[in-house]
Amino acid sequence: MTSQTSTEYEKYYVPEKSKLAVCATIGLVLSIYGAASIMNDMTFGDPNETTSSWTIFICGLFFFLATLFSWFRIAIKENIAGMNSAQLKRSYVLGMFWFIFSEVMFFFAFFGALFYVRTLVGPWLAGEGDAGRMNGLLWEGFEFSWPMMQTPQEAVGGAAAQPIANNGSFTSAETSMAFASAHAWYAWLPLWNTIILLTSSFTCHIAHMGILDGNRKKFNLWLGITVALGMIFLVVQAHFGLTMNAGIYGSTFFMLTGFHGFHVLMGMTMLLIQFLRSVRGGHFTADDHFGFEASSWYWHFVDVVWVFLFLFVYIL
Amino acid sequence: MGDHHHGPAKGLGRWLFTTNHKDIGTMYLWFSFAMFILGGFFAMVIRAELFQPGMQLVDPAFFNQMTTLHGLVMVFGAIMPSFVGLANWLIPMMIGAPDMALPRMNNWSFWILPPTFLLLASTLFMEGGAPAFGWTFYAPLSTTYAPPSVTFFIFSVHVLGLSSIMGSINIIATVMNMRAPGMTYMKMPLFVWTWLITAFLLVAVMPVLAGAVTMMLMDIHFGTSFFSAAGGGDPVLFQHVFWFFGHPEVYIIILPAFGVVSQIIPAFSRKPLFGYDSMVYATASIAFLSFIVWAHHMYTVGMPIAGELFFMYATMLIAVPTGVKVFNWVSTMWRGALSFETPMLFSLGFLVLFTLGGFTGLMLSIAPSDFQYHDSYFVVAHFHYVMVAGAVFSMTAAVYYWLPKWCGRMYNESMGKTHFWISFIGFNLTFFPQHFVGLAGMPRRIPDYALQFTDFNMMSSVGAFIYGASQILFLYNVIATIVAGKPVSDEKVWDGAEGLEWTLPTPAPYHTFETPPKIDPAHAHS
Amino acid sequence: MCFEAKRLIKLALGPVLMLMGATVMAAGGEVNQMNMSPGVTEVGKQIFDLHMIILGICTIIGIGVFGVMFYSIIYHRKSKGVTPATFHESTTVEIAWTVIPFLILIGMAVPATSTLLSIYDHDEAEMDILVTGYQWKWKYEYLDEDGENVSFFSNLRTPRSEIYNTEKKGEHYLLEVDEPVVIPENTKVRFLITANDVIHSWWVPELAVKKDAIPGFINEAWTRTSEAGIYRGQCAELCGKDHGFMPIVVNVVSRQEYDEWLGAKQTEAAEIKALMAQTFTMDELMERGKAVYDRNCLACHGANGEGGVGTPIADSAIATGELGGHLDVGINGVPGTAMQAFGGQLNDVDMAAVVTYQRNAFGNNMGDMVQPIDVFNHKKG
Ligand code: HEA
Ligand code: HEA
Ligand code: HEC
Ligand code: CUA
Ligand SMILES: [Cu+2]
Repeated sequence: MTSQTSTEYEKYYVPEKSKLAVCATIGLVLSIYGAASIMNDMTFGDPNETTSSWTIFICGLFFFLATLFSWFRIAIKENIAGMNSAQLKRSYVLGMFWFIFSEVMFFFAFFGALFYVRTLVGPWLAGEGDAGRMNGLLWEGFEFSWPMMQTPQEAVGGAAAQPIANNGSFTSAETSMAFASAHAWYAWLPLWNTIILLTSSFTCHIAHMGILDGNRKKFNLWLGITVALGMIFLVVQAHFGLTMNAGIYGSTFFMLTGFHGFHVLMGMTMLLIQFLRSVRGGHFTADDHFGFEASSWYWHFVDVVWVFLFLFVYIL
Repeated sequence: MGDHHHGPAKGLGRWLFTTNHKDIGTMYLWFSFAMFILGGFFAMVIRAELFQPGMQLVDPAFFNQMTTLHGLVMVFGAIMPSFVGLANWLIPMMIGAPDMALPRMNNWSFWILPPTFLLLASTLFMEGGAPAFGWTFYAPLSTTYAPPSVTFFIFSVHVLGLSSIMGSINIIATVMNMRAPGMTYMKMPLFVWTWLITAFLLVAVMPVLAGAVTMMLMDIHFGTSFFSAAGGGDPVLFQHVFWFFGHPEVYIIILPAFGVVSQIIPAFSRKPLFGYDSMVYATASIAFLSFIVWAHHMYTVGMPIAGELFFMYATMLIAVPTGVKVFNWVSTMWRGALSFETPMLFSLGFLVLFTLGGFTGLMLSIAPSDFQYHDSYFVVAHFHYVMVAGAVFSMTAAVYYWLPKWCGRMYNESMGKTHFWISFIGFNLTFFPQHFVGLAGMPRRIPDYALQFTDFNMMSSVGAFIYGASQILFLYNVIATIVAGKPVSDEKVWDGAEGLEWTLPTPAPYHTFETPPKIDPAHAHS
Repeated sequence: MCFEAKRLIKLALGPVLMLMGATVMAAGGEVNQMNMSPGVTEVGKQIFDLHMIILGICTIIGIGVFGVMFYSIIYHRKSKGVTPATFHESTTVEIAWTVIPFLILIGMAVPATSTLLSIYDHDEAEMDILVTGYQWKWKYEYLDEDGENVSFFSNLRTPRSEIYNTEKKGEHYLLEVDEPVVIPENTKVRFLITANDVIHSWWVPELAVKKDAIPGFINEAWTRTSEAGIYRGQCAELCGKDHGFMPIVVNVVSRQEYDEWLGAKQTEAAEIKALMAQTFTMDELMERGKAVYDRNCLACHGANGEGGVGTPIADSAIATGELGGHLDVGINGVPGTAMQAFGGQLNDVDMAAVVTYQRNAFGNNMGDMVQPIDVFNHKKG
């Protein structure tokens, strides 16, 4: 068991009172209430009613983001004012680390779903394996392959002909996103995106070296490049076409790339803020740059997720 | 330094804006009790309808809403927050820290709970009614066939998950970073250990639950087919993802309870806890095993036999570390000098009844027999033995044990003992007969039943009302203690109690351990 | 021994002994039955024995653990003036009580594994029955090599008046159906279990079969019963509002009775075919329609068409609208809602009757009639 170096027990700063939590709560609850109302109207309600839901959602979200913004501002101010002991900084480090761990587990759920449907469910639906051998009675003519280009529903002749109650139409996937031809590899966007994202992790690291050397110019330059690469990645990624209702292939593909894209957006925003802090506010020193460090961990995490995605969603 | 030493602020602002771990702990505890009453109210509706065959009070659709909300409110609203509240109060005091590591986030973790449960409860009044698909919300009943309120339910679960994740990150950071000098890991009180491990479980599985409800949301509103065979998905995929969360969840519920009991039994045995090290390893083993046993809830879904066997063997293994714990507690009592104040009574109630619940758990883990037990009242009996007589009893014990420390006043002992005995009898009257009806073939989640189950169901309903009513005594006792209890000034309160929290003045001051205490390196763990 | 301790002992051990004693009175479906029933199959007996073994072992361990605990409670109490010991670990005992339970578990795993293997032995069945769960009824289809399948739905037979306490409850309250599934004794019957809408679970305790019915997948289970008789069970997976009201009744009969029953069923199917070509009068349609409605639609649309899970039929735009639209909803259902496609569930005669009924009952008074041929033509498009 490691026990911490118990040298520095300066006073641990406990903020006396704060309105942040309550404000963030109001924002969060309003935005989920709004979002849920919007979605319900999408399916159940009268389309003219959606405006009020949107208002609630947008106001809530705005309030929430504004609160988070001032929350971070206050935390930064406290740090600059020297209120944070080394011990308190370790709390932030731990907080960020375990937050990223929880994000890993979030993606784990979707990767788990992907592996499960690919290796087990698909063959079962096609009547293979002990657990699926009788399924031929239901999905006659369905053949399994991955990417699943034709859903069981389509294989038996559409929603009306399927053996279970109709709960939506799951069309064939129009395009396979998988790596198809080795000849045209240079025209294959996911490969380029992989290169872009990996490079950005690398440039992020160079920026880190820069700040560790106390070289602000180097830091700003490489951090700026990192943010730019992140943006390029997102723009390229937004070009991929495949519809979500294209059966389980579309579902898993969208869920994984969609949430990954969202996380890239978050990571990029975080890095952008650090960039602005450094360029405009002159924040960060060689031994105190946790805001940047946390964002860079996040960025590396997003990068690693992409590597898995590239491997399991595009290549294999 | 001045402004650090004054007491709590006045008025509502104290609670809304606080960053103090004791205030936040108090709010968690009261909130969870309120949820216990709400969840208990739903249970009373269930038991009243099941008092006799035939439909008398509610219609079947509403009955299902009651079952669902009862499970959800009890698990996510009553039990989990109650132990988080306990952690907030006690962990800083037990490890010699001034507060939790991230106080503002701590407050946020709490405050998102009440509005979220309000939202969840408000689904009762929505068109189509509240969620009615069980607390396990299996697809496609919870997707294609769900009422519109399911969308609100999904977002509520997201927020509850967020709260739990933040709460546990806070606990991890506190335990790893805020221990007083000399408080090594193997000197921490077991309550702190069990919570540290619980917090790891929480950060690992709450995001998976979020993933599960997100897939539901996509299936409902955005045309994906995760849980629909027609598109190449599988309803059973939902169950795998849910139980990957759900099984560790039940240990999230019970591990802190283990921690509480490991503090209380030594105190009233006046003898150190037997096998501290093996307690820690056993807790860790239970946590580890909890990740590889989830499909024991799914023996009947038609898994391949290899899966069936793997999950059966892994599940059975959990009896070993849990047994170690039970044996350690009993050995702690062996040749001690026992006394039976209310906290000890509830801990002994826990010990006996949890073990019975564990035995039925082991029976359920035997896959072939589970073909007969599954989704019958036998399962309902099992999990109420471990969750009510396990978690709720230990939580009750904890309140009696630490209440004098918290508010500097002693509760009424004879009322406490009465509360125990009525609870104990009421509880067993409620849930023991459920083993019988379950074995005889009564399915769970039904609003009406065949005539041969009548007598035991009547017993069960009577017991439920007795057990429920006994909680009034508890509530009264706690309030009476806070307003007018006999003051205690002795630091220790209990002569056998060990640990840093008992070195503080009674009642515990608003701010404690602003400079960390020195832990005697020779002093054994508490 | 103090009063409290005695009471504690009684309370804690009493129930355990009760359960042990209960085994004496184990038999299927009896009033106040306290234990699992061994049922009427080989597998069921194996499961029952396994259940009793594990219960017995747990009881013995429990007596040991609680025995030690109560010994301490009685003899090691502060009020007796004892001084507490100070020991707090012993590697030897700790290893012992890790290893011994582990060995016990291995002892349990052996019979458990062999029972599980026999449950999973689905091969060499002499006949197959496809069981499909619907909200809230079961459909049975006897798969025949020549494709002459016999199929029917099995609905709850208990009248609403019994459920809502206006009439005395019958002996088999909630456990009775209009058409039980019939199987021959001493025959290995394989059930292929699936569902149409949500997950259900087909459970008959006496046959020791419980298998989930999952929409889009087919699970297997089997039974071979040694005794003719009527065995009752229920759906065992929450499947919505009437989950508690979709019982299963299995009628195990001699081989000869079975063959007769199957023959009768096949004739009945042929008669229905003949009926399809007929034209019915309004009264005939309304009478048949009410029966079909009460059995199939009432659960969602209410006894007086007032609605519930489904939308009201009384004064409904569809039921008082154009006929084609009404037939369409009845035959194809409404995708994404609980309204199923009944085209495959009801034969054309019943469909014609129920649509006629909906259009003319509950104050709808449309006055039009639907004949089987109309349904047939509508299905063809
Ligand atoms: C606090 C919560 C909690 C706890 C601690 C447990 C503990 C255990 N549970 Fe339980 N369980 C639930 C909560 C809990 N459970 C819930 C909520 C459900 C239902 C969910 C739903 O469907 O709604 C459920 C359902 C459930 C099932 C599924 C049943 C079904 O639906 O068909 C199974 C199956 O294996 C199971 C097994 C176990 C086992 C093996 C343990 C073990 O951890 C028990 C170990 C303890 C002991 C064995 C006793 C002490 C040991 C000794 C004295 C040592 C010597 C003993 C031996 C060698 C025998 N549980
Ligand atoms: C920790 C969690 C927890 C707790 C504490 C409880 C507590 C109780 N539960 Fe349970 N229960 C679950 C978790 C829990 N439950 C879960 C997860 C399910 C499965 C849900 C599903 O199937 O989806 C379930 C399901 C469940 C069922 C099965 C429903 C069904 O299958 O249809 C029943 C039936 O008897 C039941 C009963 C009770 C009773 C009587 C209590 C009592 O202990 C409650 C006592 C408390 C009070 C009554 C409130 C406090 C009282 C007062 C302040 C006094 C006022 C009251 C009176 C005067 C009476 N519960
Ligand atoms: C499992 C529940 C259920 C059963 C059983 C059921 N229905 Fe429905 N029905 C519904 C639901 C839900 C709707 C509403 C669909 C929608 O949202 O459009 C509906 C709508 C309808 C409508 C359209 C009413 C309107 O004006 O909106 C008709 C007609 C109808 N059902 C006929 C039938 C017939 C005929 C039967 C029996 C043979 C039947 N239903 C059985 C659930 C059911
Ligand atoms: Cu069908 Cu429950
Ligand atoms: Cu479990």
